[in-house]
Amino acid sequence: MKQSQIRNFSIIAHIDHGKSTLADRLLEVTGTLSDREKTDQFLDKMDLERERGITIKAQAVRLSYRAADGQDYILNLIDTPGHVDFTYEVSRSLSACEGALLVVDASQGVEAQTLANVYLAIDENLEVFPVLNKIDLPSAEPEIVRAEIEEIIGLDASDAVVCSAKTGLGVEAILEAIVAKIPPPQGDPDAPLKALIFDSWYDPYQGVIVLVRMIDGSMKKGDKIRLMASRTEHEILKVGVFAPHTVAVDELTAGEVGFITASIKVVADAKVGDTITHVHNPTAAALPGFKEVKPMVFSGLYPIDSGDYEDLRDAMEKLRLNDSSFSFEPENSVALGFGFRCGFLGLLHMEIIQERLEREFGVDLITTAPTVVYKVTTVTGETIKVDSANKLPDVQSIDHIEEPFILASVHVPNEFVGAVLALCEEKRGKQREIKYLTANRVMVIYELPLNEIVMDFFDRLKSLSRGYASLDYEHLDYRPSELVRLNVLINGDLVDALSLIVHRDKAQYRGRDLVSKMKEFIPRQQFEVAIQAAIGNKVIARETVKALRKDVTAKCYGGDISRKRKLLEKQKEGKKRMKQVGNVELPQEAFLAILKVKENK
Amino acid sequence: MAGLYLHIPFCRRKCPYCDFFSTPATEFLLETYPDLLIRHLVWASEHGWSGSFDTIYFGGGTPSLLPPKTIADILHTIKQRFGLTHNAEITLEANPGTVTQDNLFGYRDSGVNRLSLGLQTCNDKHLTNLGRLHDRQEGFDAFGLARIAGFDNISLDLMFALPGQTKEELECDLNDYLELDPEHLSCYGLTAELETPLYQQVISGEMNLPDEDFYADAFIGVHDKLSQNHYDHYEIANYAKNGRTCRHNLGYWQRRPYLGIGAGAHSFCAEDWGQRREVPPDLTAYRDLVFSGQDPTQHLEGFDRESALSETVYLGLRTRRGVADSELRQRFGCTLQEAFPEAIKANAQWLLHHNGRWALTPAGWLLFDRLILSFL
Repeated sequence: MKQSQIRNFSIIAHIDHGKSTLADRLLEVTGTLSDREKTDQFLDKMDLERERGITIKAQAVRLSYRAADGQDYILNLIDTPGHVDFTYEVSRSLSACEGALLVVDASQGVEAQTLANVYLAIDENLEVFPVLNKIDLPSAEPEIVRAEIEEIIGLDASDAVVCSAKTGLGVEAILEAIVAKIPPPQGDPDAPLKALIFDSWYDPYQGVIVLVRMIDGSMKKGDKIRLMASRTEHEILKVGVFAPHTVAVDELTAGEVGFITASIKVVADAKVGDTITHVHNPTAAALPGFKEVKPMVFSGLYPIDSGDYEDLRDAMEKLRLNDSSFSFEPENSVALGFGFRCGFLGLLHMEIIQERLEREFGVDLITTAPTVVYKVTTVTGETIKVDSANKLPDVQSIDHIEEPFILASVHVPNEFVGAVLALCEEKRGKQREIKYLTANRVMVIYELPLNEIVMDFFDRLKSLSRGYASLDYEHLDYRPSELVRLNVLINGDLVDALSLIVHRDKAQYRGRDLVSKMKEFIPRQQFEVAIQAAIGNKVIARETVKALRKDVTAKCYGGDISRKRKLLEKQKEGKKRMKQVGNVELPQEAFLAILKVKENK
Repeated sequence: MAGLYLHIPFCRRKCPYCDFFSTPATEFLLETYPDLLIRHLVWASEHGWSGSFDTIYFGGGTPSLLPPKTIADILHTIKQRFGLTHNAEITLEANPGTVTQDNLFGYRDSGVNRLSLGLQTCNDKHLTNLGRLHDRQEGFDAFGLARIAGFDNISLDLMFALPGQTKEELECDLNDYLELDPEHLSCYGLTAELETPLYQQVISGEMNLPDEDFYADAFIGVHDKLSQNHYDHYEIANYAKNGRTCRHNLGYWQRRPYLGIGAGAHSFCAEDWGQRREVPPDLTAYRDLVFSGQDPTQHLEGFDRESALSETVYLGLRTRRGVADSELRQRFGCTLQEAFPEAIKANAQWLLHHNGRWALTPAGWLLFDRLILSFL
């Protein structure tokens, strides 16, 4: 295929702005999917992705399209995740493209996350053109949104394509615009092989499947290749494309997108961002590659049934095969027994991993409150990284503690600015800038401790802005901070898994808030349960869950015995999902109570 | 000695809180259903069940919708086919709204010697709320008529924790009941059972049941008051004076065999470790099976040693008599302590061990569903 007939593009959109639906439509209109295969969100293969309406993993699909000029084109759609936790996935997907569609909901307008991704695309020198989606909705205001795109992003939106991915309106026009506006790739098919790995995952039957974007040269089955960063050599077993099912091809040449397999056993050997070249006649210089992503948020994951420990470890190992941004190491808790301290990109990533472990691997879990990585300098001058409240050294041996700060951009309609400012102040933020993007759209920029973000910031933001605010952030630096360890005692016993690191000024409020939330999650037991929050030995808050007084089936006669006994047996099964701490049974949610936003506060 | 239960699955009007199998009483049902019961009895006598029966219980639904003659016919068949012990307890559940002087005399003459009256409460407001067909005066009248008819073993139902009920109203009910001076009382806290209209009303917020604390206080209050008045609290929901416990119901909790006749009735056969069967609650299917001479019952569950032991404890601890070490040892070769050391330790606060018997305290009964989990 001549490079002039190839277009590599990606779709940038805020969650819910219709990216997956549009991708489905493009597949459908180009005849890539048969009628039988038309499921919603075809590219979101995981159940979780479909249910939550988000894309987690990148995907690449080849579409064949005969354009109005009568020529046949190959359009490679490289799908990207749309959440801040997965920004790194976005940037690597973008680097495999020459252009991107910026899909904006014609009634919602530009969101912070979209903005961040557009800037990523512009940084990569991509040709970005806007598409106004959901034009069929009565609330659509294409002219206002068009103006917004021009004002906020500085992108010419005069010829933005107007479409409805739902009804199919304007989809042909999008395909034409892709052909007309996005430049074809410009590699040299005769130069030594240079290909970018932009994703890879483990397949139990074929080993690691490597998604590649061909830059220069070509490769085919049997070629001996070298992965330049990992310094390993392999022989190509299979070359193919996703259309959207795997189709073997003879070779991939400059400008194309496809996959190879080469008996690579672990994903770590085919690092995303690595450059593939031939063992003989290698390219002179590798591509710049990507920064490795580091987990930002940590929490403990424990099996409810301690007998599931081995299963949990196996499941985590399997997940990590495909998700190198997720880390775990064994950890011990007095209250919860053996488990793992896990690192995630963010809260959504944490929830997703937790859900996948429970769902795909059938392990019931307790997740402890998320924490960030603190830098603790001891009195002896040693600096240690602390990713769990329980690893915090004794107060006496701490000289000072530093915590990570982020630069947060909150994009919000004018009417909610006051509430957003109040929230940022409450979260110990330092205001940097308030930018009026348009008369009604405001960008609030704050320096905030990440510690506050991983608690309930995002949920609070969403609820105070009735869902209109969007958030994007980047990491700034570490700053010294007055931090203390907040402990929780259940009936007088310290439950290590519930300890938190909080700012001294926040400790009182956090403690009160935490125990009152926990009270809501702990069901009445046969005895009174006291929940206390303490700093050191000083109790700062207390709540009591009153003893259960009544739980009885009054009537039990001949026809009731079997049924009512079975109901109780079922209840007993359900109780196995509770964790026994001392003689108190705690439900899973109690351990994450700190994350739950109180209604109507 | 075995018990016999006959289910009469129809009512004038179904009460919104009731989850027993019952359909509207039509003329057709009233005429044809007794014949099914008799055929079922005959079938059972030819297929493994033998007498004599020590207790018979007509439950419902509303058995008092059947005329005395029908009851007499059924009892005749039972005597003929199975036999009755000479002091057999024969109970009939009666709705105060359906009894008359004549039919009460008739029931007594047919051999019924124990009457269970569904009084529920003496408070007119609550009777209306509960969708009952009788009022306070009719309740009293029914009781008086039953005495005149010669019933010297009468049980009354008392329901507490009614929507909007006050402590004073319950106190008033208790005084009224004590005034009537029945031999036996069944006292239930109103609960919203799944798949009842009441459950829907509670879920939707249309109806508010009193909270846990009211229920608990009421349960203990009823226990105290009735105990002071010489009623023995012999099972979670049952009180008796002068040893007039319901022998039929005690059989259920002692895991003795019972034969269930009628649509929706269960049977328990105590052979080996036990087996429970049910007649599905489907009148059409029941009619077809009975008429074609087929077994109208279905297997519900079978027991092995372990499940039989669990159920023995589950049922036994509902009663004041509790679980006897000697009986457990005889049947299962172990004592409760040996079989459930952990559960006993965890529930020590609510367990009494007296004269070789384990029993729950009234406060323990209030938590029965929770405490029993460790024995299941």
